[in-house]
Amino acid sequence: METLVFGLLNGVSYGLLLFMLSSGLTLIFSMMGVLNFAHASFYMLGAYFAFTLSGISSFWIALFIAPVLVGLVGAVVERYGLRKVHANGHVAELLFTFGLAYLIEEVVKIVYGKTAVDYKIPDLLNFAAFQVYGASFPAYRLFIIVIAVGMLIGLWYLLKRTRAGLIIQAALTHPHMVGHLGHNVPLIFMMVFGIGCALAGLAGVMAGNIFVTDPAMAVQMGPIVFVVVVVGGIGSLEGAFVASLVIGLLQNLAVGINASFADIFGFIGLSELSEVGRISISSLAPVLPFLLLVLILIFRPQGLMGEKEL
Amino acid sequence: MTDTTVQDLAPSSAQKFRQRTLPFLILAAILVAIPMTGPSRTFYTIAHQMGINVVFALSYNMILGKGGLLSFGHAVYFGLGGYLAVHAMGWIEEEAGLWGAFPVFFLPIVGFAGGALAGAIIGWPSTRKAGTTFAMISLGVAELIFAAAFMFDSFFGGEQGISGDRMNGTQMFGLSLGPIDDVYWFIAFWMFVGILGMWAFTRTPLGRLSEATRDNAQRVQFIGYNPQKVRYLVFIFAGGFAGLAGGMAAVNYEIFTPDALSLVPSGFVLIMAYVGGIAYFVGPIMGAILLTYMQSMLSDFTEAWLLYLGMLFIVIVMFAPRGLAGIVFGFLDGFRSDDRGAFLKSWFTTLAGGFLMLIGLIILVEVSVRWSNGYGEVYEPFGMHLSHTNPLTWILFLVATVAGIALTYFANRDKEGAA
Repeated sequence: METLVFGLLNGVSYGLLLFMLSSGLTLIFSMMGVLNFAHASFYMLGAYFAFTLSGISSFWIALFIAPVLVGLVGAVVERYGLRKVHANGHVAELLFTFGLAYLIEEVVKIVYGKTAVDYKIPDLLNFAAFQVYGASFPAYRLFIIVIAVGMLIGLWYLLKRTRAGLIIQAALTHPHMVGHLGHNVPLIFMMVFGIGCALAGLAGVMAGNIFVTDPAMAVQMGPIVFVVVVVGGIGSLEGAFVASLVIGLLQNLAVGINASFADIFGFIGLSELSEVGRISISSLAPVLPFLLLVLILIFRPQGLMGEKEL
Repeated sequence: MTDTTVQDLAPSSAQKFRQRTLPFLILAAILVAIPMTGPSRTFYTIAHQMGINVVFALSYNMILGKGGLLSFGHAVYFGLGGYLAVHAMGWIEEEAGLWGAFPVFFLPIVGFAGGALAGAIIGWPSTRKAGTTFAMISLGVAELIFAAAFMFDSFFGGEQGISGDRMNGTQMFGLSLGPIDDVYWFIAFWMFVGILGMWAFTRTPLGRLSEATRDNAQRVQFIGYNPQKVRYLVFIFAGGFAGLAGGMAAVNYEIFTPDALSLVPSGFVLIMAYVGGIAYFVGPIMGAILLTYMQSMLSDFTEAWLLYLGMLFIVIVMFAPRGLAGIVFGFLDGFRSDDRGAFLKSWFTTLAGGFLMLIGLIILVEVSVRWSNGYGEVYEPFGMHLSHTNPLTWILFLVATVAGIALTYFANRDKEGAA
């Protein structure tokens, strides 16, 4: 029971963090048709910028400034990089972001060093929020949930209830028509890319101090964010939300299960001594998202909530 | 319409010889000539690596360049083929069953079988769609297999991997495969076979259909072929040739670790093929040779070599999407054109501009790396003392970069004016 409750709580906070990352990626993908391979690199930049800023000012200022800075970097990348490559097709764009991910990682290594930096949870939030079954749940994770839900509401309001959101939505599906109506579509693209990167940066600010802020964090997070976007359905924010929570819960709950395959499938004669029998559910946790990805792509290529097939 | 004279468009036998046979004769001549120059051990080590990577990059280009399928997990087939070959090397040593009579020299065939088998199993669900779906499935599969590699120790050997000994079994062509120049003949032979095989593949109806499917899958369907089946078959062959390269690596290194099938080599083969130029058959060969050389030489000179690699890749994607081969053939075409003077002027101005920018970049990166490390080490090219506190460093960097950008800008402005 205890593991279940903690699995659920951690799963939700991790899932919401994943959503912060994947919402930006989904927006970018549905608008430009580019799977931004460097998205997790912007997440890493967010964590590093927040580390620098909280060193010279405070965490609270970093919380606001760092995502803006990351968004600006993203906008510059779109304006001077992606837009140029766009003429050569989607594969070239995908490859451009693939190269960019390499580049950002190496630059971060030069600027901040190869080892992890000491990016800490602010003192104000470094306490136990509540006790369940004798174990405490850290307030910072609760804070993540609050910020993520706030961001979710803000994004929903921006897209569905404002004029700017209306134009963005129109540009997602009919860029030429929006252009003919006199809107500056390339500017909208640049802004969406910037906002998407800023959201990734925000996730980095929030996650860098509960995980580790090191040059490998982008590589670790990157593939999982893709899984979320594809499983949720391309271009569907709702789908990305559901998929983030599903994957967050799946991974966190699986970690808590100690049973091995032999325990579960023992009735069909799977022995504890065989190699397959020895695999435990908890060791499967990192693999589960990819298993889900492959299964979804084979059996439901449009994703959980996507409308068009990939 | 009976008296219409049909112009024969087929190449003459002289053209055929020049375009098809001659390059292979030259390649064979070079491969035979290399050991006569008495190369060093280091040279052999790098050359072997190049041979393996040439076959690997070409096999990748079978699906990316010719098939239009972007894969992020091609090292899976290289790795699985290689693992099977290492295991086979073990069986040869134990003389298990008929394996005792199997020559180590032919292990790449085992690798080919392993890679093709893996391609046949994994390709069946993943090649039903092209484009982004395929790219994402390949990424997911690569992560899955890499993670599974640490669960099944009996096949993958865990962190240490599986090692073998190539000096067992029947000897072929009098090669014991012990000394490094024996291994050279092994690598040279299989590289030649690999290149010839993959080139021959592009001439088969299946190879032609693969290009047609890349360009327009719907039309392929109209003329009565199934694009999914074409992709699937091509994928199996690409997996097989990747496995062949894996088999070569198995004999060369006598060890395979799960890292060989991780995302890192998958990314590297993508970069090799793309930097070389995926539109040309020789592109991946050039890319593999250049990047393998950079990987072994540059990583000794600078710790930021991955940064240079990333830069090179981005520059190629942005400014030369046809890759190195495209640059070389573009130069040859321009050189043969009527407007040779203007072309050469613009080409060399761009080259000089690029060179200056490269100098600026190198100064910036090398000084930054040493500054970041904080060991007090100083970048000293040509006896100059470029520390980060030295104003000369930054002046040089600025002058080189600005001059480079200006030159490139003017060269391209001229080009636009001419067009």
